[in-house]
Amino acid sequence: MKADEGAQVASSTAAFEVLATGPLALLQDEGRPGYAHFGVTASGAADRCAYAAANRLVGNEQGAAAIEVVLGGLELRALRTMLVALTGAAAVATVTEFVRVGRHSRVADPEASAPVPARAVNDGNSAGGGDSASDDDAPGQSGPMGGGGPPRAADAGPAVDAVRRIRRTVVNPAGTSFTVFAGDTIAVGAPEGGLRSYLAVRGGFAGERVLGSRSSDVLSGLGPAALRAGDVLELAGDEEGTPGDWPGTTLIPPPLPRSGPVILAIARGPRDDWFGDAGWQALLGATWTVGTDSNRVGVRLAADGVAIERAPGHAGELPSEGMVVGAVQIPPSGQPVVFLRDHPVTGGYPVIGVLTADSVDRAAQARPGDPVRFRERRQ
Amino acid sequence: MTARLVTQPAGAGASRPALTVLPVGSAAVLVEPPDARNVVELYLRLRATAPAGVTDLVPAATTVLVGFEPGTQSRVAVVEWIRRVGAEEPRAAPEEVGASAGPLREADIGAGADAATRLAAEPERGAIVELPLRYDGPDLAVVAELTGASVDEVIGAHLEQVWTAAFIGFAPGFAYLAGEDDRLTVPRRVTPRAAVPAGSVALAAGYCGVYPRESPGGWHVIGHTAAVLWDAQRADPALLAPGTRVRFVREG
Repeated sequence: MKADEGAQVASSTAAFEVLATGPLALLQDEGRPGYAHFGVTASGAADRCAYAAANRLVGNEQGAAAIEVVLGGLELRALRTMLVALTGAAAVATVTEFVRVGRHSRVADPEASAPVPARAVNDGNSAGGGDSASDDDAPGQSGPMGGGGPPRAADAGPAVDAVRRIRRTVVNPAGTSFTVFAGDTIAVGAPEGGLRSYLAVRGGFAGERVLGSRSSDVLSGLGPAALRAGDVLELAGDEEGTPGDWPGTTLIPPPLPRSGPVILAIARGPRDDWFGDAGWQALLGATWTVGTDSNRVGVRLAADGVAIERAPGHAGELPSEGMVVGAVQIPPSGQPVVFLRDHPVTGGYPVIGVLTADSVDRAAQARPGDPVRFRERRQ
Repeated sequence: MTARLVTQPAGAGASRPALTVLPVGSAAVLVEPPDARNVVELYLRLRATAPAGVTDLVPAATTVLVGFEPGTQSRVAVVEWIRRVGAEEPRAAPEEVGASAGPLREADIGAGADAATRLAAEPERGAIVELPLRYDGPDLAVVAELTGASVDEVIGAHLEQVWTAAFIGFAPGFAYLAGEDDRLTVPRRVTPRAAVPAGSVALAAGYCGVYPRESPGGWHVIGHTAAVLWDAQRADPALLAPGTRVRFVREG
C-alpha cells in the first residue's frame, strides 16, 4: 500500500498502518470472562501483567486493547502523533523517524490526541544517546508529510527546498513509552528472551468487540482477525483523563534476564490423585522443554525419558470437565500441557495441578526450547 | 497427599450424600455431585444463588466448575455456599427445574461486593426451545444399523424425547443434549469428518448435538436445522444454555 493511499483512508482516529506483522500479531485486552458456560473461553492477553503495564505507561483505561506480538516482526507506520509503549519480552522497538532540519522545524500533527511538542531538530542531530542518524533523504512517499497525517501540503510546499530531511532511528527497550509522529515507523524486534511483546498506544486500539472484548481467541475464532499488512489501526478513545493529561511514568523495570529454567509455581489438584505421589514427583523432578507446537491455547512440554503415569485404579477415561487458565493437563503421553488464555472451556484429560497467576504470565513468555521446572505451591 | 476438600451435608439428619469439592488453583473449585444426573439441577441452583465474586459456573458431564475472584470471595465462603446449596433437597423435579431457574435472586453471602463481578443475569430458560429439523443427515442409516432400529424408528425416537442441554463445550454454543432414554446412544464415527456444516444435528456418546458453525466433527449426522445456534452479535448469543430443554420438530 502506498502512503498516499494510506492518507486517503486515514480517518480522524487512524493511528497506524500495518507494514508487517511477524509470525503473529493479535489485538488483546482483558478478555471475555463469564461466558464459559456458553463454550466461550475468557481469552485475553497471554501475559496479563505485561499487557497491563503497557496500558499504564500510556495512561490508558484498564482493559484498553493492545497488540500482542509473538517473536517480534511487527512494523507499523504512524499516521499521527501518539504516545506508545512496549512491554513484555526483552525486545526493542526501533523507531525510524524523518526529521526535517533547517529553516522549518517539523510540525506536529495539530489533530493529535495530545499536544506533544514536535521533535524538531534545528541543526543536525541533537537527540540524546542511543540515537543514530543518517543523512539519507527520506523516500518521497514516506517522508514526514507523506505518511498520512493531515496533509499540510500548502504549508510545506514552499519550504521543501530549504530544509533537509534526516532519517534517524531511536531504540526503545521494553518497559518504556515513547512518542511517534506521523510518518515514523516502529519495528518491534525479535526478543532476546521471552516470547510475547505488548505494544500499547494512548487511547487504545479500536476493534470489533465480541461479547464485550476485542481479544482474538485463536481456538474459537472469536474477536478481531489477526493483524495483516495493509491494515489501518484506529484509536478507541480509551485513554484516561483529558488528552493533555500524560501518565506520570515513562518507564518500568525491564524484564529481568532469566538464568536457568523458567520456574512455574503449581498447586495440586483437582486430579492429582490420578497420578499419585509418584506422578507428582515426576512432574516436579523433571526439567521440561517447551515444544514448538505451543500457542495461546497451551504450552506443550516434553522431557526425554519422562512420562507422568497414572496411578493404579485410574486407567480409564475422565469425563470432560471445566478447565481454567494455568491448568496442567496430563494426556495419555504423560507429557504435560499448560493451558494459556485460549484454552478449551472443558477438557477430558486429568489436571494434575494449576499454576499461580504469576506463573501463567511466565508460562506465556516461555519460548520453544526453553527449559521449564515446576515448583509446588501449597494451597 | 493433598488435603481433599470433601464437604459434608449440613445439618442433622440430612439425607443427601455429600458432594465433593476439589481444589482448582486459587480462583476455582470443582464440584462433583454424588450422582452425575444431578449436575444440571445443581448448576441451575448454583447459578440462581451465586454470590458476588463468583465469576463462572461451568457444568460438564459429571462436575460443575465454580470460578471466583479471590479478592472478592474467599474459597472458604464459596465452598460453604456450594455445600449449603448441595445439601438442599431439590425444589423441583428435574423437568421443572428449568422453569424455576430464573431470575437471579440476591445472594446471601458477599453482600456489598462489587456488582460488576456478579454473574451476568440469565434470561428465562424455562420454555422448551423447538428446533425445526430435516432428517436428511448422511449417517441416518448408520444410526439405524447401530441401534438395530429402522430409520423411521430412529426419527421417531429422536422426535419423541425432550432433550436437555447438559453442558456446552467443543465450540461456542455447542450444547450436549441429553435425552430421556438411551435408544439413540451410539459411538462416535470411526473416521471424523473434516467439515460438518453449521446446523448439522448429530448423535454420539449418549448425546445429541447441533453444530453451531462449520467445524470438524466425529458425530453421526442425522439431519439439519435452520436455527441459528450461536450469534455473537445477539444480546443472548447462545440459543441453548445449560438446562435449556429442546424438542425437535420435523420439517419437510
